[in-house]
Amino acid sequence: MTATRLAHGGNIDRQKPITFTWNGRVMTGFAGDTVASALLANGVRIIGRSFKYHRPRGIMAAGADEPNALVDLTHGVRHEPNARATTVLLEDGMQISVIQGWPNVDWDIFGVLDLFHRFLPAGFYYKSFFKPNWGFYENAIRRMAGLGRAKTSADRRKFDARVDHCDVLIIGGGMAGICAARAAISAGLNTILVEDRPHLGGRLNWCGRVIDGMPADQWAQQIASDLNCRVLTNAVAFGYYDHNLIGVMETVQTSDPDCGDARLWQIRARHVVLATGAFERPLLFADNDRPGVMLADAALCYVRHYGVLVGDRIVIATNNDSGYESAIGLAQAGAEVTVVDIRPIAGGIQQRAEMVGVRVLPSARVIKAIGRTAVTAVDIRTNRGSHIRIDADILASSGGWSPAVHLFSQSGGKLRWDDGTLTFVPDQSPQAVRVIGAANGTFDPAASMSEAIAAINAIAPEKVSWSLPALSQTEKSVAIEALWQDPDIIGRQWVDFQNDVTFKDIALAASENYVSVEHLKRYTTLGMATDQGKTSNVIGLAIMAQLTGREIPAVGTTTFRPPFVPVSLGAMAGSRFGPLHSPLHQLPAHQSHQKLGAEFREYGGWWRPAFYPRNSEDAFATIQREAKAVRAGVGLLDASSLGKIAVRGKDAAEFLNLIYYNELAKLKTGRLRYCFLLRETGVVYDDGVVARLADDHYLLSPSSSHTKGVLDQLELWHQTEYPSMQVSFHNLTSAYATISIAGPQSRTLLARMESGIDLSDQALPHMSLTHGTMMGHKVQLARVSFTGERAYELTMPAGQGRTFWEHLMNLGQDLGITPIGIESLSLLRAEKGYILIGTDTDGLTLPVDLGMAGPLTAKKVDFVGKRSLLTPDAMRPDRRQLIGLRPTDDQFVPAVGSHAILQVDGTRRSIGWITSSAFSPHLNHTICLAMIEGGRGLVEANAHVTIFDRGKTTTARAVEACFFDQQGVRLNG
Amino acid sequence: MLIIPCPWCGPRAEQEFHFAGEPKARPVPAEQVSDQTWAHYLYHRSNEKGAHRELWSHAHGCGRWFVMERDTHTHQILSTKAPA
Ligand SMILES: [Zn+2]
Repeated sequence: MTATRLAHGGNIDRQKPITFTWNGRVMTGFAGDTVASALLANGVRIIGRSFKYHRPRGIMAAGADEPNALVDLTHGVRHEPNARATTVLLEDGMQISVIQGWPNVDWDIFGVLDLFHRFLPAGFYYKSFFKPNWGFYENAIRRMAGLGRAKTSADRRKFDARVDHCDVLIIGGGMAGICAARAAISAGLNTILVEDRPHLGGRLNWCGRVIDGMPADQWAQQIASDLNCRVLTNAVAFGYYDHNLIGVMETVQTSDPDCGDARLWQIRARHVVLATGAFERPLLFADNDRPGVMLADAALCYVRHYGVLVGDRIVIATNNDSGYESAIGLAQAGAEVTVVDIRPIAGGIQQRAEMVGVRVLPSARVIKAIGRTAVTAVDIRTNRGSHIRIDADILASSGGWSPAVHLFSQSGGKLRWDDGTLTFVPDQSPQAVRVIGAANGTFDPAASMSEAIAAINAIAPEKVSWSLPALSQTEKSVAIEALWQDPDIIGRQWVDFQNDVTFKDIALAASENYVSVEHLKRYTTLGMATDQGKTSNVIGLAIMAQLTGREIPAVGTTTFRPPFVPVSLGAMAGSRFGPLHSPLHQLPAHQSHQKLGAEFREYGGWWRPAFYPRNSEDAFATIQREAKAVRAGVGLLDASSLGKIAVRGKDAAEFLNLIYYNELAKLKTGRLRYCFLLRETGVVYDDGVVARLADDHYLLSPSSSHTKGVLDQLELWHQTEYPSMQVSFHNLTSAYATISIAGPQSRTLLARMESGIDLSDQALPHMSLTHGTMMGHKVQLARVSFTGERAYELTMPAGQGRTFWEHLMNLGQDLGITPIGIESLSLLRAEKGYILIGTDTDGLTLPVDLGMAGPLTAKKVDFVGKRSLLTPDAMRPDRRQLIGLRPTDDQFVPAVGSHAILQVDGTRRSIGWITSSAFSPHLNHTICLAMIEGGRGLVEANAHVTIFDRGKTTTARAVEACFFDQQGVRLNG
Repeated sequence: MLIIPCPWCGPRAEQEFHFAGEPKARPVPAEQVSDQTWAHYLYHRSNEKGAHRELWSHAHGCGRWFVMERDTHTHQILSTKAPA
């Protein structure tokens, strides 16, 4: 016998059938079904295979707590490899299939693993797979274990992001939540209500209670009908972050499967009210993981909310009154129901159950579920101690309720053990949060309602104008009786179903002296699956307490962390993927570079031409050609990304002198100086050229990627250390375009711009600048070089960048003008030994290591980082120093990062590494820059070092870190 | 994510701010202090559990630096004020 769809009842629309497939078989459900309720209604019992032992598993729960029913779901562009069948609403055309099981879920070859279960205890990974090493086994194990497979193609779903704020955010739209929302609205509070199911009302929709003389579901609809606030349904609050920021994932229902899928909300609330309800706990008995074993409340939910009767001979094992609620609902729908209660007597509800034909076995226990691929019978120990077997197709259990304290715990809240209800309940939280109803361990409806109103009263005293007539006293109840694990039961009893953790695994951990609950979790993997132990955590703790002879609170509880349910990474990313992931700056003349066929790459957040290949030229040939063109004629480089920070004010000179390593107060107006900016640790943070435009006006050119960082440093020092100085800083980088014109023909080209600027070496020597007008626009012309050639940097308004670039390109045709990218620039500067910060230097490099020791002795003021250069460590003679290397095989280019090594006592020791390497087309040999211990001594001794590159050793000669035009003849003209 | 009350702009989201650690008084004149004093200034931090002083800048707002007192355990913000 399998489940049946009832002709009436439930929150489904029988007029709207929905077609879907399960493992390729076409099935039908109704609008309002979840994937789980539809599969049950179609007679599906085995929904997957377990994680470790490949045992057949069925649907156990009806919500986010479901440990077994993970399925592979494809719908239009949507693909979810581990969709939780109990929370996904069924839609037309969904293709659903099993995520594990080969060749199929009903006959799984790896099911033989179950026979070897005694060899796969907790911690077997750590104990068994260390010879020869874990990697040897990993492939095979990963194939057998694990969950669904993600597709390798791009996820084409669209995810939206929303931000909102409110006075009160109420999470959970059950009884407590809707009452709190009504009260909050009546108090004039800006309110948001979030509910993870499609309907408000929570358990009231299926519990079958009567409230205020009305069926509970009707009562709930009446309260919820008039909620004049933002209500998000199908929306799960998954994360509680600092200062009351809540992350909510809203599933968007659309008829078009190619449309948006989900919205990620960030809601900031003055007050949070948690009405998150509770999760039912299962009871333990042998083989409690067989398909057909489920939670009692889930069975009730399926029959009342979805019109699916899960079986027709049902045994309910319970230790508390709520098992009887399920018994009544299932018996009313036509099932033959037996309640097996561990207690001698239940509350008033027992009588009501017996009136609808439920048979009750008091002081009795379920010992074992019978049946391999589905429950066929149940073994019971009666109150007389005898064992009986009852035929059954469903074995449901209720072991009490655990408040859903996950979000409260995420808020930083502490939990407290309550002996009356056998639960962890919320205690104190550092955040503005209140917990009401079942989430607070308050299971009585009347008490829950007054808690809701009291919570809003506390937030807005004397403002709440909504109230309800006091509910009549509910019937007499009898308290839950603790039953965690019955030591008389033999056979395997599952605690964590998703991760396949049994009672025996916990017992093993206890016998191996794992005392801390955090260690227990990691050793056994209890509670560490994607359901985060919603059904298993408390049971695991209680068993640990029982085994180690401690009270449950002494064992402690684990800290819950976001997310409460798995959240798609795509939703987290929203629209921030592809080109929007980390948008890059474009150069003002970007389109000109595109027209020239540039190959673009990212450099420090800028999308810049790496090189400009011609026809079928490869990267190497292109770079060599561009470099040669600069030294032979003239090259054009778009240097607009170079930082431009104006420093102005009466104290500008004095301030910069305190900040920079080099002397700047004595720099003459109209001159430039190459400078280092250090950290207080003495480490070189940035390098660049500083220009003095006037007595009280400087212009800094930090590296493209350091502009913001340099500005931050300037502001920090000014605001915190030297606030009385009159100086201000302005980032002008994006206001101007800069074109670098380099090569022996650069002056000839500039002269054609007809600016009237005197370009003679007397008027404009190397490291000087001037201003003028070109093409009707004010320009700045600086003579500065990063190639070793005569070179100029021409700066104009950003909007003119493209016009100037194209005009210069036209003017230079007969001079062999060549656009050059960053890669050939990098080669040209390496030939000259000019460093790149972060490439040739690292977080330990001091100015002296780069051969710039002058300012340390010459400059008297206490500049940033100076003290650190006077420590014994900064003055060690064996520090790594920048030098040049010439490999003996002068055509071989060693990789950047290759180490220079010494053989010491038969082992290799690194004495440094290569920081830049290239083949120089001008010298026709390989050149390297390297940071080597005591490097300058090696240069003086004309010594050789051994280079270790990708497993091979070669030798190289230590030379000066300048390979080309050491006298600077070309630079100065 | 924190809500940080900028002394000049009022409460704003944490993404607008930039964090620079515990403010340390710079020992001056630096050249005359011992290596040990200098090392303390550079590398030693109090790492309090509880009330803790920190330097923040409202980088994507007014651009100003300020000193914030924050409880490192509860993440409560106790005060923000201009650097001394
Ligand atoms: Zn501000």
